[in-house]
Amino acid sequence: MAREFIDGSTAIVRGALDAGCDFFAGYPITPASSILQMMMAELPARGGIAIQGEDEISSIGMCIGATLGGARAMTATSGPGISLYSENIGLAIIGEVPLVIVDVQRLGPATGGATTVGQGDVQFVRWGTAGGYPIIALAPSSVGECYTLTMRAFDLTERFRCPVFLLTDKDLNLTMRTVNPTELARVTVRPRTFRTGDEGSQYRYQPPDVVPPIGRYGDEVVRFTGSSHNEDAFITKQAATVGALNEHLAAKIDDHLEEIESVDLDAQDGAATLILAYGVTAGAARHAVRHARQDGRKVSLLVVHSLWPVPERAITAALDGISRVVVPELNLGQYRREIERLAQGRQVVGINRVDGSLIAPDQIIGVIA
Amino acid sequence: MSTTIVPLATYRNETAYPFCPGCGHGPILDQLNEALVRLNLDPKEVVLVSDIGCSGLSDQYFATSGFHGLHGRSLTYATGIKLARPELEVIVTMGDGGTGIGGAHFLNAARRNVGMTVLVFNNLNFGMTGGQHSTTTPSGAITSTTPGGNLERPLDICATAAVNGAAYVYRGTNFDPELTDRIVEAIETPGFSILDIWELCTAYFAPSNKFGKRSLEDTQQRLGLGTGVLEHRNVAEYAAAYRKDAANRSPVSGVEPQLLESEYVSTLDRPFRLLVMGSAGGKVRSAARMVAEAAIRSGLHATQSDDYPITVKTGHSVSELILSPDAIDFTGIDRPDLMVILSEDGLAKSRPYLAAMTASDRVVMVPELPGVETGATVEVLDLGRLPTRVGRTELALVALTAAVVRQNVVSAEALRAAAGLGRYAEKNLAAITAGIELSR
Repeated sequence: MAREFIDGSTAIVRGALDAGCDFFAGYPITPASSILQMMMAELPARGGIAIQGEDEISSIGMCIGATLGGARAMTATSGPGISLYSENIGLAIIGEVPLVIVDVQRLGPATGGATTVGQGDVQFVRWGTAGGYPIIALAPSSVGECYTLTMRAFDLTERFRCPVFLLTDKDLNLTMRTVNPTELARVTVRPRTFRTGDEGSQYRYQPPDVVPPIGRYGDEVVRFTGSSHNEDAFITKQAATVGALNEHLAAKIDDHLEEIESVDLDAQDGAATLILAYGVTAGAARHAVRHARQDGRKVSLLVVHSLWPVPERAITAALDGISRVVVPELNLGQYRREIERLAQGRQVVGINRVDGSLIAPDQIIGVIA
Repeated sequence: MSTTIVPLATYRNETAYPFCPGCGHGPILDQLNEALVRLNLDPKEVVLVSDIGCSGLSDQYFATSGFHGLHGRSLTYATGIKLARPELEVIVTMGDGGTGIGGAHFLNAARRNVGMTVLVFNNLNFGMTGGQHSTTTPSGAITSTTPGGNLERPLDICATAAVNGAAYVYRGTNFDPELTDRIVEAIETPGFSILDIWELCTAYFAPSNKFGKRSLEDTQQRLGLGTGVLEHRNVAEYAAAYRKDAANRSPVSGVEPQLLESEYVSTLDRPFRLLVMGSAGGKVRSAARMVAEAAIRSGLHATQSDDYPITVKTGHSVSELILSPDAIDFTGIDRPDLMVILSEDGLAKSRPYLAAMTASDRVVMVPELPGVETGATVEVLDLGRLPTRVGRTELALVALTAAVVRQNVVSAEALRAAAGLGRYAEKNLAAITAGIELSR
C-alpha cells in the first residue's frame, strides 16, 4: 500500500487549496508558521494572494477586506495570535464575513510553553470576542481529518457567513505521520454565490435564520459595517432592528445545528463508560479503547469533530446506557463543562494535563473500569 | 449602438452630514466628493473605508461602496481589498486617533505602498469620545486628558510616511482652496497617498485652546511641520507588483501528494519506538526521516516528531520515531525500544528515558561520551573499525543505520532506497554503507 508521510500543516494547506482558498494572510508564530510559509510558496503561483502582515491584527484585517473583494480567505495562528484576532473575530461575526481561522494550539497562558502542545483555547475560540455571539469550530484528530475538516470549514463558512475555526495543536500540525490516500477524504465545498442587485442587501434578518449571499466590491455598490446596522448596512440604534440583527447572528447557526454537527461514535454494546475526546487527545483515546477492549473491558468512544456549537444531540444520543463519561483534555477541563451540563446525573471524569506533554493512553486506560 | 457615459453630478447620497457647526469634516468630504466627480469614477468601484470616530461616519454619506470597520484597522481592510481587487479605488478616511492606535499599520502601509488614498481628518484630538489628546495634539495644548497642557511631542504624520516610502504626502488644512486638486492628485498617484488635513474640532479642541482657522496654520509653522505637497514620487504599487512577480512563479512547497510505495518487507510485528538524541547541525532530523521513509517503503506506518531549541543552530536536536505494522494513534514515547545517542547535548536530553528503559531495550552510543546509568543494554559503536573517519554531519545516519539494521527494524535495501534521492544521495549512501559495516 502506497502511503504519504506528511504533517497536519501540509494537510491543512492542501485542504484549503482544494477548497478554493485564494487569499491568506498571517504572521509568523510557532507552531503555525509552516502554514504561512506553504501558502506564501503556493498561492501566488496559483493566482491567489498570500501575504505576511505586520502583526496578527493586520493579517486578519486583510483577510476580512479581501473577502469583501470576493476572496476566499484563511488565516492561521496560535493562542497568542488568536488573542490579537479577538476584535476582528467580532467584526467578522457582525459583518457576516466568511473566514477560516486555524488555531494551532500551544501551551498557554501568554507566551506559555513555546512551543509545547496544549488544548487551552477551546473555550477561548468560542467566547474570545465581545458580545458572545456564536462561531463554528471544528477539531480534527488525525492528519486525514486536518485535510477533510479544512475543506468542511470552507464549506460551512460559505453556508453560514461566520468565522469557522479549525482547532488543532502543535503535535497534530508538526508531527509527520503516514497517511493512506483514502484518509484524505474530499468533501464538496459549495461555491460562493454573490448577491446581485435585485436580491436586496447582503444583510437580511427576516426570517431570523436566513443567510443571504454576500456582496462583492466592484460588482455593485456594496456596504459593510461593524456597527449595529439596518439591512442596508447603515448604522442604526433603532431597537427593533438592532435586536433583529443580533438575534439573527445567533439564529442562523442555532437553527441549523444538524448541518454542522459532526462526531465519530465507536459504541460498544454493554459499555458503561464513554470516553469523549477531541483533537490530538482523541488519538490517545483510540489507542486506549483498542487496548482496553483487547483486555476484555467494555468501553465506548465518542470523538467530537464539531466542538462549537456543541453537538448536543449526538452527545446525548451517545450517553444512552452510559453511567460514566471520561473527558481527556490538554487543559483543566474546558470541554468537560459542556458535557457536565448534558450528563444528567452521570459521573463525568476529567483527565487533564497542562505540562506541555500529551495525555498517554495508559492514563486513559487507567480510568476504564 | 453607442453608450453615452454621463458623469455623475455627485457621489453623495441624500443624507445630510451629522457634524457639529464649524467642524471641518463636512468641508473635507465635500472636497472628496468634488474630486470623485472630477475623476468620474464608477461609484461601485470606489470603496470608502472609514475608521472610527466622527470621520468614521463618512462612508454613510456617499453612494459609493463602503467599509466601516474597527478603530485603527482601516488600513488593514483597505490593504486586503486592494490586494484582492487591484482595479478598485480604495479611499480611507481616518482621524488623528487612527494614526495612534493604528500606528503600526500606518507605517507598514506607507512602506508597502499598497494603492490607497488616506485622508487624515486631523482635528488634534478625539472629538467623538470627549476631547481627549491624540498622537497629533500639539505640545502644551489643553484637552480633557491633558488639563495642564500636553507634555507629549506630536507625531509628524507626513514626515513618517515620506521617510518610509509613501508615494504622495500632503499637509494642509480643510481651508486650503486647492484641497480638491490635491485629493485628485493623491488618488491618481499609484501607491500609498496620504493627506494630513488639519481642521477645527469646534466641540472640544477649538474652544479649549481658543483655536481658529489661523491657529491651525500658525501651529504647523510653530512646530516646524512642512505644508503643501511634501512628497510625490513614482513607486511600484504593491498589488500590481505582486501580480507581476507572481506571474513568474511556480509552486515550490511540495504540497502535492508524494506517495511512498511499499516495495520492501519488514519483519516488525509490533510498534517500535526509537529516539535519536543529537545536536543541532548533526543532520539528526534528516537521518531519522530516512529511517521513517525506509520503514514506510517496507509497508510500515511511521510517525516522526522533532524537538530542538528555538535557537536552532545550537543545543540539542532530538527526533522521535514510531514504526509499526498497525496504524499509530498515539505519537508520544515514554520508554523507547532503541535510543541512539550522538552527542553530549543528546545525552543530556536522554536521562529520563535511560531511567525508564529495561534490559530488553537498547542504547547505542557513539564513543567518547560519559557512561550512562540505565537498565537497558548499552552498546558503544566502534567507529575505529571503519576504513575512513566519520564526519560530524554523517555520524547520525551512520549510527542510526548501524542500530536499526542490527535490530532488523528496516532492511539495508529499504534504507538505501530512502536515501538514494536528492542532492545528498551519494553522501547518504556512503553513510549507510558505513553503518551496515558497523552492524556486522
